[in-house]
Amino acid sequence: MNDVAIIGVGLHPFGRFDKTAMQMGAEAIQTALDDAGIEWKDIQFGVGGSYEVSNPDAVTRLVGLTGIPFTDVFNACATAASATQVCADTIRLGKYDIGIAVGLDKHPRGAFTDDPAKLALPQWYAQNGQFVTTKFFGIKANRYIHEHGISQATLAKVAAKNFRNGALNPNAFRRKPISEEEILNSAVLNYPLTQYMFCAPDEGAGAVIMCRADIAHRFSSKPVYLRAAEIRTRRYGAYEVHATSAPLDEDVSPTVYASKAAFEQAGVAPEDVDVIQLQDTDAGAEVIHMAEAGFCADGDQEKLLADGATEIGGPMPVNTDGGLIANGEPIGASGLRQVHELVRQLRGEAGERQVPGEPQVGFAQVYGAPGTAAATILTL
Amino acid sequence: MQKALAPEISTWPAENPQLIGSRCGACGATAFPRQNHCPRCSAGDMSELLLPRQGTLIAWTTQGFPPGAPYAGPAGKDFVPFGVGLVQLDDVIRVEGRLTENDPEKIQFGMDVELTMVPFTTDDEGNEVVTFAFRPL
Repeated sequence: MNDVAIIGVGLHPFGRFDKTAMQMGAEAIQTALDDAGIEWKDIQFGVGGSYEVSNPDAVTRLVGLTGIPFTDVFNACATAASATQVCADTIRLGKYDIGIAVGLDKHPRGAFTDDPAKLALPQWYAQNGQFVTTKFFGIKANRYIHEHGISQATLAKVAAKNFRNGALNPNAFRRKPISEEEILNSAVLNYPLTQYMFCAPDEGAGAVIMCRADIAHRFSSKPVYLRAAEIRTRRYGAYEVHATSAPLDEDVSPTVYASKAAFEQAGVAPEDVDVIQLQDTDAGAEVIHMAEAGFCADGDQEKLLADGATEIGGPMPVNTDGGLIANGEPIGASGLRQVHELVRQLRGEAGERQVPGEPQVGFAQVYGAPGTAAATILTL
Repeated sequence: MQKALAPEISTWPAENPQLIGSRCGACGATAFPRQNHCPRCSAGDMSELLLPRQGTLIAWTTQGFPPGAPYAGPAGKDFVPFGVGLVQLDDVIRVEGRLTENDPEKIQFGMDVELTMVPFTTDDEGNEVVTFAFRPL
Protein backbone atom coordinates (compact mmCIF):
# COMPACT_ATOMS: atom_id res chain seq x y z
CA MET A 1 0.00 0.00 0.00
CA ASN A 2 1.31 3.41 -0.97
CA ASP A 3 1.02 6.55 1.11
CA VAL A 4 -0.69 9.39 -0.73
CA ALA A 5 0.44 13.01 -1.06
CA ILE A 6 -1.36 16.09 -2.32
CA ILE A 7 0.90 18.05 -4.67
CA GLY A 8 -1.52 20.51 -6.25
CA VAL A 9 -4.77 22.27 -5.34
CA GLY A 10 -6.98 24.57 -7.37
CA LEU A 11 -10.20 26.34 -6.59
CA HIS A 12 -12.56 28.33 -8.75
CA PRO A 13 -14.17 30.94 -6.45
CA PHE A 14 -17.59 30.03 -5.06
CA GLY A 15 -20.59 32.28 -5.74
CA ARG A 16 -22.62 33.20 -8.81
CA PHE A 17 -20.90 33.40 -12.20
CA ASP A 18 -21.74 33.90 -15.86
CA LYS A 19 -20.12 30.65 -16.97
CA THR A 20 -20.83 26.94 -16.92
CA ALA A 21 -19.91 24.52 -14.16
CA MET A 22 -17.69 22.76 -16.68
CA GLN A 23 -15.73 25.97 -17.40
CA MET A 24 -15.25 26.49 -13.68
CA GLY A 25 -14.03 22.90 -13.38
CA ALA A 26 -11.53 23.42 -16.20
CA GLU A 27 -10.19 26.56 -14.50
CA ALA A 28 -9.83 24.77 -11.17
CA ILE A 29 -7.94 21.95 -12.91
CA GLN A 30 -5.54 24.42 -14.56
CA THR A 31 -4.91 26.15 -11.23
CA ALA A 32 -4.15 22.79 -9.59
CA LEU A 33 -1.82 21.78 -12.46
CA ASP A 34 0.06 25.09 -12.15
CA ASP A 35 0.26 24.59 -8.40
CA ALA A 36 1.78 21.12 -8.88
CA GLY A 37 4.00 22.28 -11.72
CA ILE A 38 2.77 19.54 -14.06
CA GLU A 39 0.72 19.32 -17.25
CA TRP A 40 -2.61 17.64 -17.96
CA LYS A 41 -0.84 14.91 -19.92
CA ASP A 42 0.90 13.90 -16.66
CA ILE A 43 -2.44 13.04 -15.04
CA GLN A 44 -2.99 9.26 -15.21
CA PHE A 45 -6.61 9.09 -14.00
CA GLY A 46 -9.43 11.32 -12.81
CA VAL A 47 -12.43 11.25 -10.50
CA GLY A 48 -15.18 13.83 -11.00
CA GLY A 49 -18.05 14.80 -8.71
CA SER A 50 -21.19 16.84 -9.36
CA TYR A 51 -24.90 17.02 -8.63
CA GLU A 52 -26.15 19.20 -11.47
CA VAL A 53 -23.71 17.94 -14.13
CA SER A 54 -24.31 14.35 -15.19
CA ASN A 55 -20.87 13.85 -16.76
CA PRO A 56 -18.14 15.82 -15.00
CA ASP A 57 -15.61 13.69 -16.94
CA ALA A 58 -16.64 15.71 -20.03
CA VAL A 59 -14.33 18.42 -18.66
CA THR A 60 -11.64 16.54 -20.61
CA ARG A 61 -13.07 18.22 -23.74
CA LEU A 62 -11.82 21.52 -22.27
CA VAL A 63 -8.48 20.38 -20.82
CA GLY A 64 -7.36 17.56 -23.09
CA LEU A 65 -8.63 14.26 -24.50
CA THR A 66 -5.80 12.10 -23.27
CA GLY A 67 -7.80 8.88 -22.94
CA ILE A 68 -7.32 8.47 -19.19
CA PRO A 69 -9.77 6.49 -17.07
CA PHE A 70 -12.14 9.09 -15.57
CA THR A 71 -14.88 8.01 -13.15
CA ASP A 72 -17.78 10.19 -12.06
CA VAL A 73 -19.14 9.96 -8.52
CA PHE A 74 -22.16 11.35 -6.74
CA ASN A 75 -22.73 11.08 -3.01
CA ALA A 76 -24.88 14.12 -2.18
CA CYS A 77 -23.08 16.52 0.19
CA ALA A 78 -20.28 13.94 0.49
CA THR A 79 -19.70 13.90 -3.29
CA ALA A 80 -16.35 15.69 -3.17
CA ALA A 81 -15.26 13.54 -0.25
CA SER A 82 -16.05 10.47 -2.35
CA ALA A 83 -14.00 11.87 -5.23
CA THR A 84 -11.15 12.48 -2.79
CA GLN A 85 -11.40 8.98 -1.35
CA VAL A 86 -11.57 7.20 -4.71
CA CYS A 87 -8.62 9.20 -6.03
CA ALA A 88 -6.54 8.53 -2.92
CA ASP A 89 -7.41 4.83 -2.70
CA THR A 90 -6.57 4.25 -6.38
CA ILE A 91 -3.05 5.52 -5.68
CA ARG A 92 -2.90 3.77 -2.30
CA LEU A 93 -3.71 0.45 -3.98
CA GLY A 94 -0.98 0.98 -6.56
CA LYS A 95 -3.01 1.15 -9.75
CA TYR A 96 -1.75 4.61 -10.79
CA ASP A 97 0.83 7.09 -9.50
CA ILE A 98 -0.74 10.49 -10.22
CA GLY A 99 -4.44 11.35 -10.29
CA ILE A 100 -6.87 14.22 -9.93
CA ALA A 101 -10.12 14.68 -8.00
CA VAL A 102 -12.38 17.31 -9.53
CA GLY A 103 -15.68 18.74 -8.28
CA LEU A 104 -17.93 21.22 -10.04
CA ASP A 105 -21.49 22.45 -9.62
CA LYS A 106 -23.91 25.20 -10.49
CA HIS A 107 -27.15 25.09 -8.50
CA PRO A 108 -30.33 27.09 -9.06
CA ARG A 109 -31.12 29.63 -6.34
CA GLY A 110 -33.02 28.54 -3.24
CA ALA A 111 -33.16 25.45 -1.05
CA PHE A 112 -32.50 22.07 -2.65
CA THR A 113 -35.57 20.23 -3.95
CA ASP A 114 -35.84 16.86 -5.66
CA ASP A 115 -38.14 13.96 -6.41
CA PRO A 116 -38.47 12.07 -3.09
CA ALA A 117 -38.49 8.76 -5.00
CA LYS A 118 -34.78 9.36 -5.68
CA LEU A 119 -34.19 9.06 -1.94
CA ALA A 120 -36.39 5.99 -1.37
CA LEU A 121 -39.09 8.22 0.12
CA PRO A 122 -42.83 8.23 -0.58
CA GLN A 123 -44.34 11.11 -2.58
CA TRP A 124 -46.51 12.23 0.34
CA TYR A 125 -43.38 13.02 2.37
CA ALA A 126 -42.63 15.86 -0.05
CA GLN A 127 -46.24 16.81 -0.79
CA ASN A 128 -46.76 17.15 2.97
CA GLY A 129 -43.89 19.64 3.30
CA GLN A 130 -41.44 17.39 5.17
CA PHE A 131 -38.92 16.83 2.35
CA VAL A 132 -36.89 19.90 3.24
CA THR A 133 -33.25 19.55 4.30
CA THR A 134 -33.28 22.78 6.32
CA LYS A 135 -36.21 21.43 8.38
CA PHE A 136 -34.10 18.48 9.50
CA PHE A 137 -31.24 20.77 10.48
CA GLY A 138 -33.73 22.91 12.43
CA ILE A 139 -35.07 19.88 14.30
CA LYS A 140 -31.57 18.56 15.07
CA ALA A 141 -30.19 21.94 16.16
CA ASN A 142 -33.26 22.75 18.25
CA ARG A 143 -33.08 19.46 20.15
CA TYR A 144 -29.31 19.68 20.57
CA ILE A 145 -29.26 23.18 22.01
CA HIS A 146 -32.20 22.31 24.29
CA GLU A 147 -30.49 19.19 25.66
CA HIS A 148 -26.97 20.60 25.93
CA GLY A 149 -27.53 24.15 27.11
CA ILE A 150 -26.45 26.01 23.99
CA SER A 151 -27.97 29.45 23.41
CA GLN A 152 -29.35 30.75 20.14
CA ALA A 153 -26.83 33.60 20.55
CA THR A 154 -24.02 31.05 20.28
CA LEU A 155 -25.43 29.91 16.93
CA ALA A 156 -25.24 33.54 15.81
CA LYS A 157 -21.60 33.68 17.01
CA VAL A 158 -20.77 30.72 14.77
CA ALA A 159 -22.34 32.34 11.71
CA ALA A 160 -20.69 35.70 12.46
CA LYS A 161 -17.29 34.01 12.74
CA ASN A 162 -17.73 32.28 9.40
CA PHE A 163 -18.80 35.50 7.68
CA ARG A 164 -15.73 37.23 9.23
CA ASN A 165 -13.46 34.47 7.96
CA GLY A 166 -15.14 34.65 4.55
CA ALA A 167 -14.30 38.34 4.39
CA LEU A 168 -10.61 37.31 4.55
CA ASN A 169 -11.00 34.74 1.77
CA PRO A 170 -10.85 36.04 -1.83
CA ASN A 171 -12.58 32.84 -3.07
CA ALA A 172 -15.60 33.17 -0.76
CA PHE A 173 -19.18 33.89 -1.86
CA ARG A 174 -20.11 36.09 1.14
CA ARG A 175 -17.30 38.51 1.92
CA LYS A 176 -19.05 40.94 4.27
CA PRO A 177 -19.07 40.53 8.04
CA ILE A 178 -22.58 40.34 9.52
CA SER A 179 -23.18 41.19 13.18
CA GLU A 180 -24.53 38.62 15.63
CA GLU A 181 -27.51 40.90 16.21
CA GLU A 182 -28.37 41.04 12.52
CA ILE A 183 -28.00 37.25 12.25
CA LEU A 184 -30.33 36.70 15.22
CA ASN A 185 -32.88 39.18 13.85
CA SER A 186 -32.97 37.79 10.30
CA ALA A 187 -36.02 35.74 9.26
CA VAL A 188 -36.54 32.48 11.17
CA LEU A 189 -36.43 29.80 8.47
CA ASN A 190 -36.50 26.74 10.74
CA TYR A 191 -36.57 27.60 14.44
CA PRO A 192 -34.08 28.21 16.04
CA LEU A 193 -32.18 28.76 12.80
CA THR A 194 -32.42 32.11 11.04
CA GLN A 195 -31.69 32.99 7.42
CA TYR A 196 -28.10 34.12 8.04
CA MET A 197 -27.33 30.94 10.01
CA PHE A 198 -27.78 28.87 6.82
CA CYS A 199 -25.52 28.34 3.84
CA ALA A 200 -26.94 28.64 0.32
CA PRO A 201 -26.53 26.40 -2.72
CA ASP A 202 -24.31 28.23 -5.25
CA GLU A 203 -21.63 27.61 -7.88
CA GLY A 204 -17.95 26.73 -7.92
CA ALA A 205 -15.30 24.12 -8.61
CA GLY A 206 -12.28 22.53 -6.98
CA ALA A 207 -9.46 20.22 -8.02
CA VAL A 208 -6.88 18.29 -6.01
CA ILE A 209 -3.91 16.45 -7.54
CA MET A 210 -2.52 13.49 -5.63
CA CYS A 211 0.43 11.18 -6.16
CA ARG A 212 2.35 8.33 -4.56
CA ALA A 213 4.00 9.83 -1.48
CA ASP A 214 7.46 8.51 -2.40
CA ILE A 215 7.54 10.62 -5.58
CA ALA A 216 5.89 13.73 -4.13
CA HIS A 217 9.14 15.67 -3.69
CA ARG A 218 9.59 15.67 -7.47
CA PHE A 219 6.64 18.06 -7.64
CA SER A 220 6.35 19.86 -4.33
CA SER A 221 8.79 21.10 -1.72
CA LYS A 222 6.01 20.83 0.86
CA PRO A 223 3.72 17.89 0.04
CA VAL A 224 0.71 17.41 2.27
CA TYR A 225 -0.11 13.79 3.08
CA LEU A 226 -3.64 12.46 2.89
CA ARG A 227 -3.70 10.10 5.87
CA ALA A 228 -7.36 9.10 5.83
CA ALA A 229 -10.63 9.58 3.95
CA GLU A 230 -13.50 7.61 5.48
CA ILE A 231 -17.18 7.60 4.53
CA ARG A 232 -20.02 6.19 6.61
CA THR A 233 -23.81 6.05 6.21
CA ARG A 234 -26.52 6.14 8.87
CA ARG A 235 -27.15 3.13 11.06
CA TYR A 236 -30.49 1.90 12.32
CA GLY A 237 -31.36 4.19 15.21
CA ALA A 238 -29.90 7.41 13.87
CA TYR A 239 -32.50 10.08 13.08
CA GLU A 240 -31.08 11.64 9.92
CA VAL A 241 -31.99 14.08 7.19
CA HIS A 242 -35.14 12.87 5.38
CA ALA A 243 -36.70 10.31 7.75
CA THR A 244 -40.35 9.30 7.94
CA SER A 245 -39.79 7.55 11.26
CA ALA A 246 -37.12 6.56 13.75
CA PRO A 247 -36.83 3.85 16.41
CA LEU A 248 -36.76 4.55 20.15
CA ASP A 249 -33.24 3.15 20.55
CA GLU A 250 -31.04 5.96 19.31
CA ASP A 251 -27.70 5.55 17.59
CA VAL A 252 -25.19 8.32 16.90
CA SER A 253 -24.79 10.12 13.59
CA PRO A 254 -22.57 8.73 10.78
CA THR A 255 -20.18 11.65 11.41
CA VAL A 256 -19.20 9.95 14.67
CA TYR A 257 -18.35 6.69 12.90
CA ALA A 258 -16.59 8.32 9.95
CA SER A 259 -14.46 10.54 12.22
CA LYS A 260 -13.50 7.69 14.54
CA ALA A 261 -12.48 5.54 11.57
CA ALA A 262 -10.46 8.39 10.03
CA PHE A 263 -8.58 9.11 13.26
CA GLU A 264 -7.76 5.41 13.64
CA GLN A 265 -6.60 5.17 10.04
CA ALA A 266 -4.47 8.31 10.31
CA GLY A 267 -2.99 7.43 13.69
CA VAL A 268 -3.75 10.86 15.13
CA ALA A 269 -6.21 12.07 17.75
CA PRO A 270 -8.62 15.04 17.73
CA GLU A 271 -6.30 16.94 20.09
CA ASP A 272 -3.50 16.68 17.49
CA VAL A 273 -5.55 18.61 14.91
CA ASP A 274 -4.52 22.23 14.25
CA VAL A 275 -7.08 23.28 11.60
CA ILE A 276 -10.66 22.01 11.36
CA GLN A 277 -13.17 22.18 8.50
CA LEU A 278 -16.72 21.13 9.41
CA GLN A 279 -19.97 20.89 7.45
CA ASP A 280 -21.75 24.09 8.52
CA THR A 281 -24.88 23.68 6.44
CA ASP A 282 -26.13 25.82 9.30
CA ALA A 283 -24.61 27.24 12.46
CA GLY A 284 -26.17 24.46 14.54
CA ALA A 285 -24.53 21.81 12.38
CA GLU A 286 -21.07 23.31 13.03
CA VAL A 287 -21.72 23.27 16.79
CA ILE A 288 -22.98 19.67 16.71
CA HIS A 289 -20.23 18.43 14.40
CA MET A 290 -17.57 19.80 16.77
CA ALA A 291 -18.73 17.19 19.26
CA GLU A 292 -19.61 14.42 16.79
CA ALA A 293 -16.15 14.59 15.23
CA GLY A 294 -14.55 14.33 18.66
CA PHE A 295 -13.22 17.84 19.25
CA CYS A 296 -15.25 18.54 22.39
CA ALA A 297 -17.93 17.08 24.64
CA ASP A 298 -21.62 17.82 24.04
CA GLY A 299 -22.42 21.20 25.58
CA ASP A 300 -18.83 22.46 25.79
CA GLN A 301 -19.45 24.55 22.67
CA GLU A 302 -21.24 27.31 24.61
CA LYS A 303 -18.05 28.16 26.52
CA LEU A 304 -15.68 27.37 23.64
CA LEU A 305 -17.50 29.83 21.37
CA ALA A 306 -17.68 32.45 24.14
CA ASP A 307 -13.90 32.10 24.58
CA GLY A 308 -13.26 32.39 20.83
CA ALA A 309 -11.74 28.91 20.73
CA THR A 310 -12.80 28.30 17.13
CA GLU A 311 -11.50 31.61 15.76
CA ILE A 312 -8.49 31.59 13.42
CA GLY A 313 -6.24 32.54 16.34
CA GLY A 314 -7.93 30.16 18.81
CA PRO A 315 -6.80 26.73 19.99
CA MET A 316 -9.20 24.86 17.63
CA PRO A 317 -9.85 26.99 14.54
CA VAL A 318 -12.98 25.88 12.65
CA ASN A 319 -13.86 26.83 9.07
CA THR A 320 -10.99 29.24 8.57
CA ASP A 321 -12.11 30.02 5.01
CA GLY A 322 -15.65 30.84 6.11
CA GLY A 323 -17.05 27.33 5.70
CA LEU A 324 -20.28 26.70 3.84
CA ILE A 325 -21.94 29.69 5.48
CA ALA A 326 -19.59 32.14 3.71
CA ASN A 327 -18.78 30.01 0.64
CA GLY A 328 -22.15 28.44 -0.11
CA GLU A 329 -22.42 24.85 -1.23
CA PRO A 330 -21.77 23.70 -4.78
CA ILE A 331 -22.21 20.08 -3.75
CA GLY A 332 -19.63 18.53 -6.08
CA ALA A 333 -16.92 20.99 -5.04
CA SER A 334 -17.64 21.66 -1.38
CA GLY A 335 -15.46 18.94 0.15
CA LEU A 336 -12.61 19.83 -2.20
CA ARG A 337 -12.82 23.44 -0.99
CA GLN A 338 -12.21 22.05 2.50
CA VAL A 339 -9.17 20.10 1.31
CA HIS A 340 -7.93 23.18 -0.59
CA GLU A 341 -8.14 25.29 2.56
CA LEU A 342 -6.37 22.67 4.70
CA VAL A 343 -3.54 22.36 2.17
CA ARG A 344 -3.12 26.18 2.05
CA GLN A 345 -3.09 26.30 5.85
CA LEU A 346 -0.60 23.44 6.29
CA ARG A 347 1.69 24.95 3.66
CA GLY A 348 1.46 28.33 5.38
CA GLU A 349 -0.10 29.96 2.32
CA ALA A 350 -3.43 31.10 3.79
CA GLY A 351 -2.54 34.80 3.88
CA GLU A 352 -4.70 36.93 6.16
CA ARG A 353 -6.52 33.88 7.48
CA GLN A 354 -3.37 31.85 8.22
CA VAL A 355 -3.60 29.88 11.45
CA PRO A 356 -0.55 30.86 13.52
CA GLY A 357 2.00 28.38 14.87
CA GLU A 358 2.73 26.34 11.72
CA PRO A 359 -0.22 23.91 11.77
CA GLN A 360 0.73 20.28 11.09
CA VAL A 361 -2.60 18.40 11.03
CA GLY A 362 -5.88 19.25 9.31
CA PHE A 363 -9.33 17.63 9.54
CA ALA A 364 -12.31 17.98 7.19
CA GLN A 365 -15.86 16.65 7.61
CA VAL A 366 -18.91 16.71 5.38
CA TYR A 367 -22.45 15.54 6.12
CA GLY A 368 -25.61 15.36 4.05
CA ALA A 369 -28.60 13.47 2.77
CA PRO A 370 -29.74 10.84 3.40
CA GLY A 371 -27.42 10.45 6.40
CA THR A 372 -23.94 10.22 4.86
CA ALA A 373 -20.77 11.60 6.41
CA ALA A 374 -17.10 11.70 5.49
CA ALA A 375 -13.97 12.59 7.43
CA THR A 376 -10.62 13.41 5.83
CA ILE A 377 -7.30 13.91 7.62
CA LEU A 378 -4.24 15.65 6.17
CA THR A 379 -0.81 16.08 7.72
CA LEU A 380 2.49 17.63 6.76
CA MET B 1 -65.83 15.49 -0.66
CA GLN B 2 -62.74 14.91 1.47
CA LYS B 3 -59.72 12.87 0.37
CA ALA B 4 -56.55 11.88 2.20
CA LEU B 5 -53.23 13.10 0.78
CA ALA B 6 -51.89 9.55 1.23
CA PRO B 7 -54.79 7.11 1.78
CA GLU B 8 -52.42 4.14 2.19
CA ILE B 9 -50.70 5.39 5.36
CA SER B 10 -53.66 5.77 7.72
CA THR B 11 -57.01 4.19 8.59
CA TRP B 12 -58.82 7.50 7.94
CA PRO B 13 -61.77 8.01 7.37
CA ALA B 14 -62.30 5.54 10.22
CA GLU B 15 -63.13 7.18 13.52
CA ASN B 16 -60.03 7.90 15.61
CA PRO B 17 -57.70 7.21 12.66
CA GLN B 18 -54.33 5.52 13.15
CA LEU B 19 -51.17 5.57 11.07
CA ILE B 20 -50.24 2.25 9.48
CA GLY B 21 -46.73 1.02 10.12
CA SER B 22 -45.11 -2.38 10.00
CA ARG B 23 -43.33 -4.61 12.49
CA CYS B 24 -40.61 -7.14 11.83
CA GLY B 25 -41.52 -10.72 12.71
CA ALA B 26 -37.85 -11.59 13.17
CA CYS B 27 -36.48 -8.78 15.39
CA GLY B 28 -39.52 -6.70 16.37
CA ALA B 29 -38.29 -3.44 14.81
CA THR B 30 -41.03 -1.04 13.71
CA ALA B 31 -41.09 1.21 10.64
CA PHE B 32 -43.46 3.83 9.23
CA PRO B 33 -44.77 3.76 6.56
CA ARG B 34 -45.00 0.05 5.73
CA GLN B 35 -42.00 -1.56 4.06
CA ASN B 36 -41.21 -5.11 3.04
CA HIS B 37 -37.78 -5.60 4.59
CA CYS B 38 -36.66 -4.72 8.08
CA PRO B 39 -34.43 -1.64 8.34
CA ARG B 40 -32.63 -3.22 11.32
CA CYS B 41 -32.16 -6.94 10.51
CA SER B 42 -33.07 -6.99 6.77
CA ALA B 43 -35.52 -9.90 7.23
CA GLY B 44 -38.48 -9.99 4.82
CA ASP B 45 -41.06 -10.69 7.51
CA MET B 46 -42.83 -7.36 8.10
CA SER B 47 -46.49 -7.34 9.05
CA GLU B 48 -48.89 -4.43 9.31
CA LEU B 49 -49.10 -2.62 12.63
CA LEU B 50 -51.55 0.13 13.55
CA LEU B 51 -49.60 2.77 15.44
CA PRO B 52 -50.73 4.37 18.72
CA ARG B 53 -52.52 7.70 18.31
CA GLN B 54 -50.92 9.52 21.22
CA GLY B 55 -47.36 10.32 22.07
CA THR B 56 -44.83 12.88 23.19
CA LEU B 57 -42.85 15.43 21.21
CA ILE B 58 -39.17 14.40 21.06
CA ALA B 59 -37.86 17.15 18.75
CA TRP B 60 -39.35 19.93 16.62
CA THR B 61 -38.82 22.97 14.45
CA THR B 62 -40.89 25.29 12.31
CA GLN B 63 -41.02 25.52 8.53
CA GLY B 64 -40.89 29.22 7.80
CA PHE B 65 -40.84 29.20 4.00
CA PRO B 66 -42.86 27.28 1.40
CA PRO B 67 -41.14 24.00 0.45
CA GLY B 68 -40.33 23.57 -3.25
CA ALA B 69 -42.11 21.22 -5.65
CA PRO B 70 -43.66 18.69 -5.25
CA TYR B 71 -45.05 20.38 -2.09
CA ALA B 72 -48.85 20.23 -2.40
CA GLY B 73 -49.87 22.75 0.26
CA PRO B 74 -50.68 26.43 -0.18
CA ALA B 75 -47.65 28.39 -1.45
CA GLY B 76 -46.91 32.02 -2.25
CA LYS B 77 -48.96 34.51 -0.23
CA ASP B 78 -51.23 31.70 0.96
CA PHE B 79 -48.37 29.90 2.70
CA VAL B 80 -48.66 29.65 6.47
CA PRO B 81 -45.56 28.52 8.43
CA PHE B 82 -46.10 25.18 10.13
CA GLY B 83 -44.52 23.17 12.91
CA VAL B 84 -42.80 19.84 12.24
CA GLY B 85 -41.89 17.34 14.91
CA LEU B 86 -40.60 13.89 15.76
CA VAL B 87 -43.26 12.26 17.90
CA GLN B 88 -42.77 9.16 20.04
CA LEU B 89 -45.99 7.15 19.84
CA ASP B 90 -46.18 5.31 23.19
CA ASP B 91 -43.14 3.03 23.33
CA VAL B 92 -43.53 1.82 19.76
CA ILE B 93 -41.94 4.19 17.25
CA ARG B 94 -41.08 7.81 16.52
CA VAL B 95 -42.88 9.37 13.55
CA GLU B 96 -42.01 12.64 11.84
CA GLY B 97 -45.02 14.79 10.97
CA ARG B 98 -46.60 18.21 10.84
CA LEU B 99 -47.74 19.89 14.05
CA THR B 100 -50.97 21.86 14.21
CA GLU B 101 -49.11 24.50 16.25
CA ASN B 102 -46.59 26.81 14.53
CA ASP B 103 -45.69 29.21 17.33
CA PRO B 104 -42.30 28.34 18.93
CA GLU B 105 -43.58 29.92 22.15
CA LYS B 106 -46.33 27.32 22.36
CA ILE B 107 -44.38 24.18 21.37
CA GLN B 108 -42.51 22.35 24.13
CA PHE B 109 -40.17 19.38 24.19
CA GLY B 110 -41.93 16.45 25.84
CA MET B 111 -45.45 17.81 25.36
CA ASP B 112 -48.27 15.32 24.85
CA VAL B 113 -49.70 15.21 21.32
CA GLU B 114 -52.34 13.25 19.44
CA LEU B 115 -52.77 12.26 15.81
CA THR B 116 -55.35 14.28 13.90
CA MET B 117 -56.32 14.77 10.27
CA VAL B 118 -56.33 18.39 9.15
CA PRO B 119 -57.48 20.24 6.02
CA PHE B 120 -54.39 20.73 3.82
CA THR B 121 -55.33 21.88 0.31
CA THR B 122 -57.98 21.60 -2.40
CA ASP B 123 -57.31 19.41 -5.43
CA ASP B 124 -58.11 20.16 -9.10
CA GLU B 125 -61.56 18.56 -8.77
CA GLY B 126 -62.50 20.67 -5.77
CA ASN B 127 -61.99 17.94 -3.17
CA GLU B 128 -60.70 18.95 0.22
CA VAL B 129 -57.43 17.12 0.81
CA VAL B 130 -56.63 16.22 4.42
CA THR B 131 -53.29 15.13 5.87
CA PHE B 132 -52.02 13.79 9.17
CA ALA B 133 -50.65 16.05 11.85
CA PHE B 134 -50.06 16.01 15.60
CA ARG B 135 -51.97 18.37 17.88
CA PRO B 136 -51.00 19.31 21.41
CA LEU B 137 -53.23 17.79 24.11
